[in-house]
Amino acid sequence: MSETSFVRSEMLAQKLPPVTERGIIKWLRENLFSGWFNSVLTILAILALYSLIRGFLPWLQNSVWNAGSLRECRDIVIAQSGEGATGACWAMVRVRWNQFIFGLYPVPEYWRPTTAMALLLVSLAPVLYYGLRRPTTKMVGAVTIGLLVALIGLGTDALHIAASVAVMLALVAVAWLAPKKLVWLTLVFPLISFFLLWGGSIWGPVGTLIGFAIWAGVFTAAQRSFGVVVGAAIGLLVASLWWGFVQSVVTGALQSAMPFELLYVRSDDFGGFLLAFVIGIAAIAASLPIGILLALGRQSDMLLIRTLCVGFIEFFRGVPLITVLFSANFLLLYFLPRGTNFDLILRVIIVVIIFASAYIAEVVRGGLAALPRGQYEAADALGLDYWQAQRLIIMPQALKISIPGIVSSFIGLFKDTTLVALVGLMDPLQGVTKIVRSDTAWKGIYWEPYIFVGAIFFVVCFSMSRYSMYLEGKLKTDHR
Amino acid sequence: MADAQTKMAVSSDEVAIQVSAMNKWYGTFHVLRDINMTVMRGERIVICGPSGSGKSTLIRCVNRLEEHQQGQIIVDGTELTSDLKNIDKVRSEVGMVFQHFNLFPHLTILENLTLAPIWVRKVPKKEAEETAMYFLHKVKIPEQALKYPGQLSGGQQQRVAIARSLCMKPRIMLFDEPTSALDPEMIKEVLDTMIQLAEDGMTMICVTHEMGFAQAVANRVIFMDQGQIVEQNAPKEFFSNPQSERTKLFLSQILGH
Amino acid sequence: MTLAVDAPKGSFRISQLIYDTRYRSYTIQFIVLLLFFALLIWLANNTIENLADRDKDINFRFLFNRAGYDIGQQLIPYTNDDTHLRALFVGLLNTLVVAFFACIFATLLGVTVGILRLSKNWLVARMMTVYVEVFRNVPLLLWIILAFVILGETRPGPKEFKVTDEMIAAGTEPAGTMWFWNSVAVTNRGTDLPAPLLDRPLGVFEVATVPINLSVLVTIAVIIGSILFNRALLARAKAVQETTGDRPTTWWKSLLILFGPVIALLLALGFHLEYPELKGFNFQGGIAIAHSFTALVLALTIYSATYIAESVRAGILAIGRGQSEAAFALGLRPNRTMNLVILPQALRVIIPPMISQYLNITKNTTLGMAISYLDLKGTLGGITLNQTGRELECMLLMMMIYLTLSLMISAVMNVYNRSVKLKER
Repeated sequence: MSETSFVRSEMLAQKLPPVTERGIIKWLRENLFSGWFNSVLTILAILALYSLIRGFLPWLQNSVWNAGSLRECRDIVIAQSGEGATGACWAMVRVRWNQFIFGLYPVPEYWRPTTAMALLLVSLAPVLYYGLRRPTTKMVGAVTIGLLVALIGLGTDALHIAASVAVMLALVAVAWLAPKKLVWLTLVFPLISFFLLWGGSIWGPVGTLIGFAIWAGVFTAAQRSFGVVVGAAIGLLVASLWWGFVQSVVTGALQSAMPFELLYVRSDDFGGFLLAFVIGIAAIAASLPIGILLALGRQSDMLLIRTLCVGFIEFFRGVPLITVLFSANFLLLYFLPRGTNFDLILRVIIVVIIFASAYIAEVVRGGLAALPRGQYEAADALGLDYWQAQRLIIMPQALKISIPGIVSSFIGLFKDTTLVALVGLMDPLQGVTKIVRSDTAWKGIYWEPYIFVGAIFFVVCFSMSRYSMYLEGKLKTDHR
Repeated sequence: MADAQTKMAVSSDEVAIQVSAMNKWYGTFHVLRDINMTVMRGERIVICGPSGSGKSTLIRCVNRLEEHQQGQIIVDGTELTSDLKNIDKVRSEVGMVFQHFNLFPHLTILENLTLAPIWVRKVPKKEAEETAMYFLHKVKIPEQALKYPGQLSGGQQQRVAIARSLCMKPRIMLFDEPTSALDPEMIKEVLDTMIQLAEDGMTMICVTHEMGFAQAVANRVIFMDQGQIVEQNAPKEFFSNPQSERTKLFLSQILGH
Repeated sequence: MTLAVDAPKGSFRISQLIYDTRYRSYTIQFIVLLLFFALLIWLANNTIENLADRDKDINFRFLFNRAGYDIGQQLIPYTNDDTHLRALFVGLLNTLVVAFFACIFATLLGVTVGILRLSKNWLVARMMTVYVEVFRNVPLLLWIILAFVILGETRPGPKEFKVTDEMIAAGTEPAGTMWFWNSVAVTNRGTDLPAPLLDRPLGVFEVATVPINLSVLVTIAVIIGSILFNRALLARAKAVQETTGDRPTTWWKSLLILFGPVIALLLALGFHLEYPELKGFNFQGGIAIAHSFTALVLALTIYSATYIAESVRAGILAIGRGQSEAAFALGLRPNRTMNLVILPQALRVIIPPMISQYLNITKNTTLGMAISYLDLKGTLGGITLNQTGRELECMLLMMMIYLTLSLMISAVMNVYNRSVKLKER
């Protein structure tokens, strides 16, 4: 055959595709009008979009930001755009925004939850960028500036602005000099935020903290000779003795010697997104460790422990959250010693933690199951004991795999905080909106409060889910 | 194997595949540039080249798994256009074996083999099963017929994939790097199957880096780089006396050690 | 074989209970068991003491007392003279009926959206993405309340549907118009749908105080019969295909078998629709559906559909491109490829998350209490609980019922998973 042998003497250069295969025409043809079915879909989609915009755009354009009541809003819209025109009445949000955010929290004390929020972000920094100086400092600095702006915007008095900003600047310095040390803030943050939010004497939280310190000290001393579990149990016993018998005496004495306290805020005054965040964040923070322990228990070789964990997890995954919340309302006090009484928010937080940890346990179990058997064997072969193997080898990998699942549980949990309205707490959606809608000035308003609340939920949940996707991608490339 | 070469000379001057002035773009990236290629019936062609040179894309164009934008591809007298009838006709005449086997994991080996004959060729089930068993014997794994793909080794899976294509009684076979996902000891069993197929006179186009296979079986070796055919020649000439600098470089890289 | 040396007998030391791997786990389990029982006893003791303080006991006899409250939507006959137990069942049925409709609609919407999100049509894919992201990132409770509020507050009252002579004279339209050729009226009180009626019904008989409509029973039997018959037809088509290779055309025969007998039966029974009509101040005739039901089904549908859409999309994406390419290379047409290769594999991935979504829908029906929908949570866990003051009994019973529902759904899922598991080495 003559053409068997062929050698190209000159390489061909890259050419542009023919006109019909490039540019906007090709894009349109491929993405919108490839085949009659797609063309019909495109036209339907455009029609749907058009009718949606035609319905909502004038309403948005005629928005009213300054008015005292819904009646006034409507009058303004009609005066501007003529009879029959509709317009959004954002004036309601302008007047009532603080209740959506803070509930009935005393207005002069708004700086406290705001500062607590800032400290939360700072204590997240070591979790996100452990030991990395530059991003940690950047984040803490940005939070400081944000806090300053927010406090001024809220009309806080100069003293508290100065105090808060001074603390934040100190934290910026810590972030720059020793970014790893910020973990300590993360550890004590629950108590700090408890003190900031509810107020009262500072010595109560300090006493609780001392109890934890005792626990940690005894644990470190005891675990060497007795092992992790027994060590932790002994530590808990000693700490309980402190909390049960000694603490109140010591803190009482300290309070009378050096009184320092913030105005006490009742739980009933908590409301709006403050409530959603308090419940959500407390539950998220506490359910993760409990969920991990449950997942480990479910994987255990010991039949009894496995059965107990499976029973616990399946029970709480099998019942609706509302029934659990109602149990907190009606039943929890039955199960506790006579005369125990503590407020509804704490009870709700406890049951939400229990509920969420069952879901986290399932997610973490999925991560554990995805790990190859070889990892466990390698850890055993290195001579690591059970807890060392879990801490150093298994958990870091299993948690990495479970990040998307964990984050979506958190998102679900945060959305579910709205359900606390059904046991009488003042959540942003049902509780506050009901108050606003029953105010005679705003009676009959429906789109605006729900859009406002929904938008905030959307921003929080959407950014959480995007962040987890980003994290997932980043961790995936780490493996290559 | 040496006498296989002489035994397998091309006997026909009938054209099986004709590709002329074919160009293809991914977006604005020009993947295949001015491809001209004629394959005679019974011919066995090996295409090699560095990764990203467009060799897989070229054979995927031959059964229209990829669309080309300029030029002509005629397979067995049928021109590949967007006409569904032509595509169906070509695809049922041309078998293809993939790098990652692409067996259907939810079907048994036998069902994998009979699926297309039953639904495309409309062969009665019993007959299809007989054909399937015949080809399973041919690739030497009849005992695996009732297992699932996940239960077989890589080499066995690839032989099943070859048998699956053969069950459609194709006149042309395309191989897209059939051995590159396999362990070394499994490569031989797949290559043996392919050589056997060549001895039976099948028209084959094979994208592979197995140079031993090319020397033993191919009538012609085509070297591609940057989306174009750089050099083609009979295997003996191609390996002993490469003309183009690019070919020399490529050969020194893959044969150098 | 003597390498595995047993520990010398009789040398048991107490320290082995902690350090010997053979005994250690027994020790730990024993301690855990003790602690667990201690916890149970503590809880039980607390409960008994607390109950005694309040002069209460644990006793389920209240279930047989007169309930004394009305339930708007009832699938089995119920009056306020019936017992709490019957109210419980009415509530449970209300839960199940909401869950049933929400599951069906959410599946239809979710599957459509999931497939459209994968469409090559840029605009449609983007719109579906926006839909999914918006609806799944906002609490379900918001959608329930919003749907309820909007239905109740933006729809015109029944009397605004009236067309008066002056309106005809002036050529103006009334504020409210009925939809779908004057058959559906959505007012601020509820939704009125046409009611299916029979001229020659087959009668009703009662089983354990639950009336069973014979006509419905026969219709269901005919439908099941048609489905079985259709299966036989398809099996025969398969047999013909296996022997001759050619598959006989079945689609029109299937249609005839599936719908023919039912239509014939309904015609024989004198099936007709009774349309709601405006009489006085309200719509009469037809079926009136409360907005709480509509809003709950609507919100559950649009919210849960986003999750179903995501699992459908993930399921289809999980099937590699190689599978469809291999099928194309064998000459299979795209729709055959879908039916024979892609769907059987994708369904294995899609169905488990879909079932757990059904479980979520069932649990989420409890949110209906925000809009006073009387489901199980509203009857047993709501009014009954408040009237009788038996918190412990009501909550326990209710949790057990929900738990049973969940476990049943999980059992179905496990059976399914086991039956479709791919065989691997």
